[in-house]
Amino acid sequence: METNKYMVQRITKGFLVHMFLIIFAVTCLFPLFWMLRSALMTNETVFTDKSFIPRAINFGNFAQAWTEGNFGIYFFNSLLYTTCVVVGIVLVASLAAYSFSRLDFPGKNFFFYMFVAAMMIPLPGSFVPLYRLMTVLGLINTRIGYILCMINVGLSMSILLLKTFFDKMPSDLEDAARIDGCGRLGIWWHVALPLARPALAVIVIFNSLNVWNEYILATLLLNDKSLMPLQRGLMVFQGSHSVDYPLLMAGLTIAAIPIVVIYLAMQKHIVKGLSSGAIVG
Amino acid sequence: MQLKNFSWFRLQDHLKNFSFVLPAILIFCIFYIYPFFDIFRLSFHEWNGITPSMKYVGLQNLQELMKDEVWWQAMGHAAYITFIALTFQNVLAFALALACDREIRMKRFYRVVFFIPPVLSEVVVGLIWQWILYAGMQDGQHIGLLNYWLTQTGLPHLVHNWLSDPKTALTCIAIVHSWKGFGWGFIMLLAGLQTIDRQLYEAARVDGAGSWKLFTNVTIPMMVPVMLVVVILTVLGSMQVFVLVLSMVGQGLGYHTEVPVTRILSAMTGTNRFGYACAMGINFGVILIMVSVAFKWLSNRMKQA
Repeated sequence: METNKYMVQRITKGFLVHMFLIIFAVTCLFPLFWMLRSALMTNETVFTDKSFIPRAINFGNFAQAWTEGNFGIYFFNSLLYTTCVVVGIVLVASLAAYSFSRLDFPGKNFFFYMFVAAMMIPLPGSFVPLYRLMTVLGLINTRIGYILCMINVGLSMSILLLKTFFDKMPSDLEDAARIDGCGRLGIWWHVALPLARPALAVIVIFNSLNVWNEYILATLLLNDKSLMPLQRGLMVFQGSHSVDYPLLMAGLTIAAIPIVVIYLAMQKHIVKGLSSGAIVG
Repeated sequence: MQLKNFSWFRLQDHLKNFSFVLPAILIFCIFYIYPFFDIFRLSFHEWNGITPSMKYVGLQNLQELMKDEVWWQAMGHAAYITFIALTFQNVLAFALALACDREIRMKRFYRVVFFIPPVLSEVVVGLIWQWILYAGMQDGQHIGLLNYWLTQTGLPHLVHNWLSDPKTALTCIAIVHSWKGFGWGFIMLLAGLQTIDRQLYEAARVDGAGSWKLFTNVTIPMMVPVMLVVVILTVLGSMQVFVLVLSMVGQGLGYHTEVPVTRILSAMTGTNRFGYACAMGINFGVILIMVSVAFKWLSNRMKQA
């Protein structure tokens, strides 16, 4: 009798906990489902048909958004910016972090804490002087200008993360490479970088998310439709086709799918990165 | 001779080492340090962003800002969004983390799903929710899903112009912001919960503590450091929210949904007052630093108590 009561209590408790979690899981997923569903409808049916699975599925919106809505160009631009910025950050940040961790030169600590301090000081509105600078340098409305700005955005965090990783990494292999006659650049490329793969994974994911989702610098620095990334393109599209919801939802899907796929594939690293941040922070 | 050679070698060595950090330092100085100082210089000037010359006005911009009602109103709006994020979003994140911090089936599934909204961009999130909250009608039927559901479930009196009514627009933005953010707090808090030594719970249970006692006397004190990180990051993130505002309501609602960063943006691109925009940025940055220092101080007091 006693055990029975205990069992019932346990099962109801477990049931309630799951109900609570499931409600919020559905809340997280439903808007995405609704976006996808609306993207598969036509302009006539989307305003009246509220069923979950539309009666007539229409894939034409994706093709139309891709060509007429310019999302093909925006998508290509986002891909280009994300790749260039992430590759740039990995190279620049790992070189710097390796030097900060293993090599010696005067003023090393000063420069390192400069990067750390930049992460601590919030500077809203820094896009105003940045805009001025880019105009002066003639980099406004250029791909390279936007890429350099975005490399700078992710630099401090990546250097800090990689330096902490290199500090913990044993240097035996690097010593062995040095004895074999490998220069410091060779050691960085052939030994340190491959060993730092776990930390690099975290950096690649967080910076990819960051660049793919970036909006404000893309808005201020890029004016040509042929240069805009997806987030900017979405707002431009929404401004000019304010009522064409199926097409807009198709555009949103195009912008959201890659990031969700990358996240699902790499979510282990994301959780790890965030958790270590929480415990270190 | 030998000594001289040696120091020459050392210098070369240091130069080579320094060349490793040079690209990072160059990018950082040009795109961070220089704008950082330039924002102060610009804030002392009246400049329209186009002409090569700018007029020195000293502290006038800052003085004008102190009396700018719309600016402080915008600050109030950001504080309201932050308040909702701190209470609603973080309490929810903590409750979900507690629910997941046990032997429970589908734990991984929940963890993966809760973090989907945070990886989406603010533009995507804002536009999806704008579509769900849409208030228009066609053929006597509500177009937006929320209003449609409200009429279908017999609550037509709750139907509302969610995003065009000044009274609800800001709350909608705050709730969508919390929807986007809670998964991130959830992951950090769950990671914190999992570092708590299980033996502490067992020891407390042996001493006769019930689950509520366990929660208040073991879980909460052990979680204070992680909670503090989450609170500070929530405050900094929510105060600076603005892309969500732009994508959900645009800038067309009078001043009812203005937040500080949208004000900076419209001073810059709308009225072409770059100096004033910089003064706003500095003012806002100082406030943010003060708030985070205040939270740090408060938590240190709490730890000592």
